Amino acid sequence: MRAAPTSGRLPHTGARAMSQTETGRRPATRRNRELFLLIIAWGLGVLGTLQVGWATGEGTPQRFWITASVVGVLALLAHIIVRWRVPFADPLLLPLATLLTILGMTMIYRLDVAAAQRAIRNNSPPPTPDVYSQLIWFAVGVTLFIVVLLILRDHRVLQRYTYTAGLIGLALLLLPLIPGLGATINGATLWVRFGGLSFQPAELAKIALTIFFAGYLVVKRDSLALVRVRFLGIGLPRPRDLGPIVVAWVFSLGILIFQRDLGTSLLFFGLFVAMLYIATQRRSWIVLGVGLFAVGSVFSYLAFNHVRVRVQVWIDPFAFADTGGYQIVQSLYGFANGGMLGTGLGRGYPQLVPFANTDFVLAALGEELGLVGFIAIIMIYAIMVQRGFRAAVAVRDPFGQLLAAGLSITLALQIFVIVGGVTRLIPLTGLTTPFLSYGGSSLIANWILVALLLVISHRARQPIPAVEPIPEGATQVVQR
Amino acid sequence: MTELGLTLVRMAFLAGLWLFVIAAVIVLRRDLAQPKDVRPTNSAAPAKRTRTPRPPKQPKTAKPPKASRSTRDTKTSGPTLTVVDGPLVGTVIPLGTTQITIGRAADSTIVIDDDYVSSRHARIYPSEGAWIVEDLGSTNGSWIDRTRLTAPTVLPVGAPLRIGRTTLQMSS
Repeated sequence: MRAAPTSGRLPHTGARAMSQTETGRRPATRRNRELFLLIIAWGLGVLGTLQVGWATGEGTPQRFWITASVVGVLALLAHIIVRWRVPFADPLLLPLATLLTILGMTMIYRLDVAAAQRAIRNNSPPPTPDVYSQLIWFAVGVTLFIVVLLILRDHRVLQRYTYTAGLIGLALLLLPLIPGLGATINGATLWVRFGGLSFQPAELAKIALTIFFAGYLVVKRDSLALVRVRFLGIGLPRPRDLGPIVVAWVFSLGILIFQRDLGTSLLFFGLFVAMLYIATQRRSWIVLGVGLFAVGSVFSYLAFNHVRVRVQVWIDPFAFADTGGYQIVQSLYGFANGGMLGTGLGRGYPQLVPFANTDFVLAALGEELGLVGFIAIIMIYAIMVQRGFRAAVAVRDPFGQLLAAGLSITLALQIFVIVGGVTRLIPLTGLTTPFLSYGGSSLIANWILVALLLVISHRARQPIPAVEPIPEGATQVVQR
Repeated sequence: MTELGLTLVRMAFLAGLWLFVIAAVIVLRRDLAQPKDVRPTNSAAPAKRTRTPRPPKQPKTAKPPKASRSTRDTKTSGPTLTVVDGPLVGTVIPLGTTQITIGRAADSTIVIDDDYVSSRHARIYPSEGAWIVEDLGSTNGSWIDRTRLTAPTVLPVGAPLRIGRTTLQMSS
C-alpha cells in the first residue's frame, strides 16, 4: 500500500524533496548554449563588417572595434539579465534576435558605405551614416528588453490590463491621424513626429493589441467556440458573436483607407483571425476571416488607386519597370545577381534598390549572401516563430498560451508579408522586416516582443514550486 | 585583399551563418525530445476536443509516464487513482506517500478545467494505511457514490469519487 513509486511517476508533491537533489527532474536551463550562440552571432557580425570593409576597399571601418564592443556588451548585458531574471526561459530567442539585429546593422553599414562612395563620385557632401543611429536604437531596444524582464515577473499580470492594452493599441494606431502630429512619408500616414523624432506607433500597437486579443479571447472563447447555428451545412457562430471579427475587419479597412497602409491592415486582421482560431479551434472562423478578407481585398482594389497600382505591379512588374515597379524589379535583379552563394558582402549593388535598408533589406541580403544565406535567414525566423509557439504550447495558463501564440503569429505574419512582397510572391506591402530593417520603432517593438516571449517561456519551463503538505491528524476521520 | 581571400571570407561567413542555424536546431531537437516523458499520453483527449476547446493541462511533474484507459494494464506498484470519466479520462495517478490535490488551480496535482470544479476542490491524503478524501469547501461538492462529503472520509477501493464532471476511482 505504501510502496513508494519510482521517481518517474511521483506526483509533484512527492517530488518536492527530490527536486533539488535529483538533477534529472530539474529542466536544463541551457543558458551556456545561449551564451555560445551569442558569441557566434557577435563573431558573424565582426566578420561580416570586416568583409564589407575589405571588399569595398574601405579597410577596417572607422571606430569599428568600439562599435563592435558596444554591440557585444549590449548582448552580454541582455544575457546576464536573462540568467538572473528568467533562468528557465528559452535559450534560442535571445541569440536569434541578436543575430538578426547584427546582420541588419552589417547590411546598414554596407549601404552606408555605398552611399558614401556615391557621394564622393558625385562630389556631394557625405551622407550621415545610418548604422550609428541603428546602434542607438539597438541600445534602446535592449534597455527596454531589460526593463520588461525586470518589471514583469509574471505575464499573467498583463491580463489585468486587457482593456487598457486595447485602448492603448487603438490610440497608438490612431495617433498618426491627428493633424499636426502625424506625418505622411512615402504615401503612408504611419508616422508620428515630434521634436525631430519620427516614430511608427503601429509597431508598438501590435504588441498592445496582441495583449488585448489574448485577454479578450480567454474570456469570450467559450461562447465563441460553443454556440453555433447551422447554416448551409457548416456550423457558424451566432450573428451577435460575429461582432468582434466584424469590428476588427472594419478597423483594418479603416487603417487601409485613412493611413493608406496595406501591410499594417493585413497584419492586424490576420492576427485577430489566427488568434480566434487558436482560442476556439473552430475552422469556421478561418473560413469567415478569409471570406471577409476577400471581400475587403476586392473592395479596396476597386476603390483605391494605390492598392490597384500595387496589384498591377505585382502581376507584371516589368511593365512598370521605370515607374511603380522599379523597386521590385531592382529587387528581383538583385536576387538574380546574388545567385546561389551571393556576391559576398560589399560586392553587390544592393544600393540600387530604393529603400534598401528598410523595406528591402532582405533583397540586399539576398543579393550579397545568395540563396544559401537568404534561406539561413528564413530559417532563423522560422526557428524564432517555432520557439514562440513552443512557449505557447508549454505554458499552463490560457492567457499565456494565447499571448505567446499571438506574438509568434505577429512575427510570422510580418515575415511572410515582407518576404513574400520582396520576392514577388504576394503584392508588396510596406511592413518593416523584424530586427533587420533600419528604424527605431520596429527594432524596439520587436525586442519588447522577445522579452515578453522570454517571460512566458520562463513560466512554462520553470519547475513547479511544491505545495507545502497540510499537516495531518488535525482533521477528524469518519469511517464509513 | 586578394580575390581568393575575399572568396574564402565570403564562404566562411555563409558557413558561420549555417553553423549558427545548425547549433540552434540541435537545441531545438533536444527540446523536442525532452518532454516525451513529461507530457500526458491522454488517449481520450482528441475525442473530447470538440467539447472542451482546450484540453486542460496538468502540472508537468504530476504526469504519470503512461496513462491508459483502464487500471488493469497499468504497471504501477501500489494504489492508483484513475480518472474514469470527464475531460481527463484515462489519466492514472499513482498514490505515493504524500497527498494529492484536485482543483482548477494550476498548482493542483490534478488540474481539472471544469466550471463545476473549484480552484482548490478536494485533497486525498494517506492516513494509517488508508486514503482519506477531504472536500476543501468546494462550491459543488465532492461525492462518493450519491453521498456528498461533509467530513474527511476514507476513500473505498473501487468507489466512484465524483468531482464536477470528473469521476475518479481508486484501485490498490
